[in-house]
Amino acid sequence: MFDSFDPLKGKMLRILDERGKVLKAGQKWMPELSDEELVDGYRAMVRARVADERAVSYQRQGRIFTLPTNIGQEASAVGTIKALRPDDWMVQSYRELGGVLAKGGTVKNHLAYFSGSETGSVHPGNPRLLPLSVPITSQVTHAAGIGHSIVYRGGDEVAITFFGDGGTSQGDFNEGLNWAAVYKCPVIFVCNNNQYAISLGRAAQTGSETLAQKAVAFGMPGMIVDGNDYLAVVAATRAAAEHGRAGKGPVLLEMYTYRMGAHTTSDDPSIYRSKEEEESWLAKDPLIRMKAFMVERKLWDEDKEEALRKEMGAECDEAMREVENMDPTPVEDIFRYQYESMPPELERQMQDYKAFLAWKESR
Amino acid sequence: MPAMNLVQAINNALEIKLREDEDILLFGEDAGLEGGVFRVTQGLQAKFGERRVFDTPLSESVLLGAGLGMAVTGLRPIVEIQFSGFMYPAMNQLVTHVSRMRNRSRGVFTVPMTIRMPYGGGIRALELHSESMEAIYGHVPGLKVVIPSCPYDAKGLLISAIESNDPVLFMEPKKIYRSFRQDVPEEAYRVPLGKASVTRQGEDLTLVAYGAMMRVASKAVEQAAKEGTDVELIDLRTIYPLDRETVLDSVRKTGRLMVLHEGPKTFGVAAELISIVNEEAMEYLEAPPQRVCGFDTIMPLPMGEDHYMPTPERVLYAIEKMKAFAE
Ligand SMILES: Cc1ncc(C[n+]2csc(CCOP(=O)(O)OP(=O)(O)O)c2C)c(N)n1
Ligand SMILES: [Mg+2]
Repeated sequence: MFDSFDPLKGKMLRILDERGKVLKAGQKWMPELSDEELVDGYRAMVRARVADERAVSYQRQGRIFTLPTNIGQEASAVGTIKALRPDDWMVQSYRELGGVLAKGGTVKNHLAYFSGSETGSVHPGNPRLLPLSVPITSQVTHAAGIGHSIVYRGGDEVAITFFGDGGTSQGDFNEGLNWAAVYKCPVIFVCNNNQYAISLGRAAQTGSETLAQKAVAFGMPGMIVDGNDYLAVVAATRAAAEHGRAGKGPVLLEMYTYRMGAHTTSDDPSIYRSKEEEESWLAKDPLIRMKAFMVERKLWDEDKEEALRKEMGAECDEAMREVENMDPTPVEDIFRYQYESMPPELERQMQDYKAFLAWKESR
Repeated sequence: MPAMNLVQAINNALEIKLREDEDILLFGEDAGLEGGVFRVTQGLQAKFGERRVFDTPLSESVLLGAGLGMAVTGLRPIVEIQFSGFMYPAMNQLVTHVSRMRNRSRGVFTVPMTIRMPYGGGIRALELHSESMEAIYGHVPGLKVVIPSCPYDAKGLLISAIESNDPVLFMEPKKIYRSFRQDVPEEAYRVPLGKASVTRQGEDLTLVAYGAMMRVASKAVEQAAKEGTDVELIDLRTIYPLDRETVLDSVRKTGRLMVLHEGPKTFGVAAELISIVNEEAMEYLEAPPQRVCGFDTIMPLPMGEDHYMPTPERVLYAIEKMKAFAE
């Protein structure tokens, strides 16, 4: 597949057009997916969308703090993870809620994290999902190391990691991809090119025509994928995973997409982009496209859509209530996870602080 | 005299210097068109154009590295790091080049660069958006480290920083970016680097703080006065070079030293100040010095943040301990 989509020629893998019709050129790449798998994938995208929409409204109501959303990027977040196995590793940035949920994360955890609780990074069953990463592109090097470990131990898992268009400007992007290529680590580098890094457009980051073409110099395949096309995302990720499992090393996938929402709830996009531009991407919404495809195949209808959105909305509201009823972070938790066993000085600081709390209470 | 908040005072200082000196360039991630995520540089690109005030690729290392390159040719870059938590990709440049160039080249090449970055907690922010790691920078030979606590000082200190021929790290307490206004002269003026200020005279105890902790300190000091302790309050203003004399003079008078900061306790600014007092004024001490600081842990997420951030009550608690020692 990678030979057919030369990033230097700006070729892009697409299977569905914007109305959900299978493109002639896309037919060849159509991933094999059962009806159940199709429904499951679409449902996961809708669930992520609803969770994001709810989270933004909770933030507006002052119930949680600032947070980013993955609205508009659900196909890339969900399609990648659905194309992989549970024993593969996911190394996230902070804009892949759909993928996190698909990997075993929960809405409650998401809301807990953005309510300011570290417990939000502890998912049921401890899936192979690292906590979200705030320093841009730093996580890419971790995926390289996970890939290295897989090779060392002779496993056939892969690691997948996510970062943005802006993230390609960081040194860690270079260092992580370079390492993975040198040691042929089974890593799928997913660059979500959502056209913006906060206020800066894609063109402000690099003189390269495309981001995928950076792979060429590292010595790995690179491909541009229509990141709003769920089927293309699945097909590309499967190919990349096969490449990795076969011992051929890493792949860079540039998911061409659009950040439909603000950077975070504290951002104001009207400063740096036009309403017309935002509107021009509405029709390209990955959910609209996939839904049309599903409806056409009689796998989906408006009733199902409405029921799912309602069910998910209620699930989010319930999760939000649970988070609001959580106990505040216990004093001990601030100290006890810093080291395997608490150094004496830290123990002293904790005891002194507890003595202070008692003093305050008695005043 | 116009009343300005911290953001306006900093913006005003930047504008004055940009207008005065064409060798000054200002740049950073989102610092141009948008005016930075806190809008501190708002309007500057419109006033001075994209050649003078510009957005950069998302990469802190090159912000400082390219800044150094500009500086050795005679420009005077002002670099914005979006949050202090994102300085780390640039630590290599800061420690291995920016701070060393003058000494290594025996003064031939210098780096008159000002690096601004918001720091500090108490704003319910995301991970790595709330730390106070000034002690790390105080430890790097060749850097000056400045932390203002009010709009008036911020403007005067920033102008001094920009005029310094050594690299200056200017850390902005974002918690108080917009929390109060002060009368700030419209014209340029300077507050010297390396000079602390005594903001309240007192007889019983010396309390040293800086940045957003000055507000916490002031509240504690007011309450302490009501409870019968007369505290002398010092705003350090510069972490390096430290104003030893102001602190020593005060401790010689009061016989007691307490230091308040948000950053972790171990190897912090408080430890350094206490060492200085031990070296030069030990015989004046009537009680062991006290530190009221953040813990040796990562900054907790917002649900645990209030435990971490020093409060006026924690200062009062430490005062009581100190007084108990004397009795
Ligand atoms: C090292 C570092 N520098 C700066 C930031 C502040 N910051 C957060 S997100 C962001 C833009 C990221 O853009 P991109 O990589 O395209 O990802 P997107 O947010 O669009 O998904 C910036 C500058 C950061 N988190 N880490
Ligand atoms: Mg982006």
